[in-house]
Amino acid sequence: MVSTDNETPPFFKRGLPPSARASLYLALSFAMLISDLRMHYLDGTRQALAVLAYPLQFAAATPAEYVHKASSYFSGLASLQRENSRLKARELAMASQVLFTEQLQRENSDLRNLLLMQQNLRVRSSAAEIVFTARDPFSRKVILNKGSQQNIEPGSPVVDQAGVIGQVTRVYPLHAEVTLLSDKDQAIPVVIERSGLRAVMFGTGNGLMELKFLAANAEIRPGDRILTSGLDGIFSPGLPVATVLKITRDSAESFARILCRPVGNVERSGAVLVLSRIGPRLQRPEEEDTSDPRRASAGRIRGTRSSAPAAAPTSAGSTAPESSSSGNTTQERR
Amino acid sequence: MQPTHRSPRLLLPVRMGFVTFSLLVALVLNLVPVGNFYAVPDFVALVLAFWCVREPHRVGMGTAFILGVIIDVPYAAVMGQHSIAYVLLAWAAVVNSRRLLWFSPSVQALHMVPLFLMVQLVQLVLRLLAGHRFPGWEYFFSCFATAALWLPAHYLLLWPQMRPIEHDENRPL
Repeated sequence: MVSTDNETPPFFKRGLPPSARASLYLALSFAMLISDLRMHYLDGTRQALAVLAYPLQFAAATPAEYVHKASSYFSGLASLQRENSRLKARELAMASQVLFTEQLQRENSDLRNLLLMQQNLRVRSSAAEIVFTARDPFSRKVILNKGSQQNIEPGSPVVDQAGVIGQVTRVYPLHAEVTLLSDKDQAIPVVIERSGLRAVMFGTGNGLMELKFLAANAEIRPGDRILTSGLDGIFSPGLPVATVLKITRDSAESFARILCRPVGNVERSGAVLVLSRIGPRLQRPEEEDTSDPRRASAGRIRGTRSSAPAAAPTSAGSTAPESSSSGNTTQERR
Repeated sequence: MQPTHRSPRLLLPVRMGFVTFSLLVALVLNLVPVGNFYAVPDFVALVLAFWCVREPHRVGMGTAFILGVIIDVPYAAVMGQHSIAYVLLAWAAVVNSRRLLWFSPSVQALHMVPLFLMVQLVQLVLRLLAGHRFPGWEYFFSCFATAALWLPAHYLLLWPQMRPIEHDENRPL
């Protein structure tokens, strides 16, 4: 049979040439990249894919966990006994403190009532376990085994027995992503315990953290404990975060370079607590009148500076810079 | 089809079910948590590149794109980061497929090093542009580990297509 029209026989039909197909898919990928990075359009897609991928992830993680557990099972009797006796001693020590704490809390709330002050932050904690570390080498994230089904909310602080380790940044139905404090984009408002100086702490990305924007002659020494200041309204005040490791004071620069080591086992897995706030939200301080333009602009610069990294994780990130720029008022009100 | 174009041995036609299965296994292997240990091979890139070289008309940029999108989510990476890298890898593998198949598997592995390196470079550039930090030079170990697995993968993935060598005097091949 002779075909009259010049149609290509189906054998040669291969669709678009490879380069054209590649550029098509590349364009699609770049569109996804930009809409995820800049506009956060793809959160729904991400949720759906996360639910699909979670069984695969779990299937991959379970044998690895078994191997890990088996090795500790065979080596662990002595270490378990040691840990048990240590925990018992610690429980005894804690028991007396707990008894006092209840009484102190009641007394504190009575006193606050008498002085007509706002009540302290109350937090609800739920235990969770870090199931695996996310593979992305560019950021420091871990995955918790609880998600929105268990009332985990984005923005909640995550602590272990020693101190703060990070903040929940993405919540999926069955699991949640925690950005560790050592991530480059993670910022946390802190206070130095000894001197009461307030500052913002950033991750460096290599397991340590850095206190930024503290003057070169700031009152700080290696070994100082650093606590959360609670000015952001997310982290409750007084949680231990880090200890100062090294201070470089360079007279050529106006800020000291302060490296800190986290107190929590930030990079290792285990059981953690997710703290979520209950009770009244902190009131935002009123907009300051711009009678003092220097101060107002300083606040704005600092605001954009620290809201940029926190913008992705939480909506509450936007409140952090405002309250930190007028920290004194918040402190007095509470 | 032969294992390589020089090989006198004939292979059975590939079954798409096995291709899908191998890609799925690679996906699961990629999700094994390894902590901050960098020199872990990228199994998805390996298997994807392998099938792109072997079966350029069946596995290609579309598969690469889907795999990339799937893997971005559990990696907690930026959406589209892996799909860009994998689409480029698939394109390079498809275009070079006919040339690559003239070489023995171990020489093919050498040819694959730059391709896997490109996968990592593309991701690095994208993330640095997005404002993340450089993870250190050990980040690049991964592409060599991936290329080193090319030879075992060659025999493992072609194994279902192998058939016993029959010496038949009346058959030319």
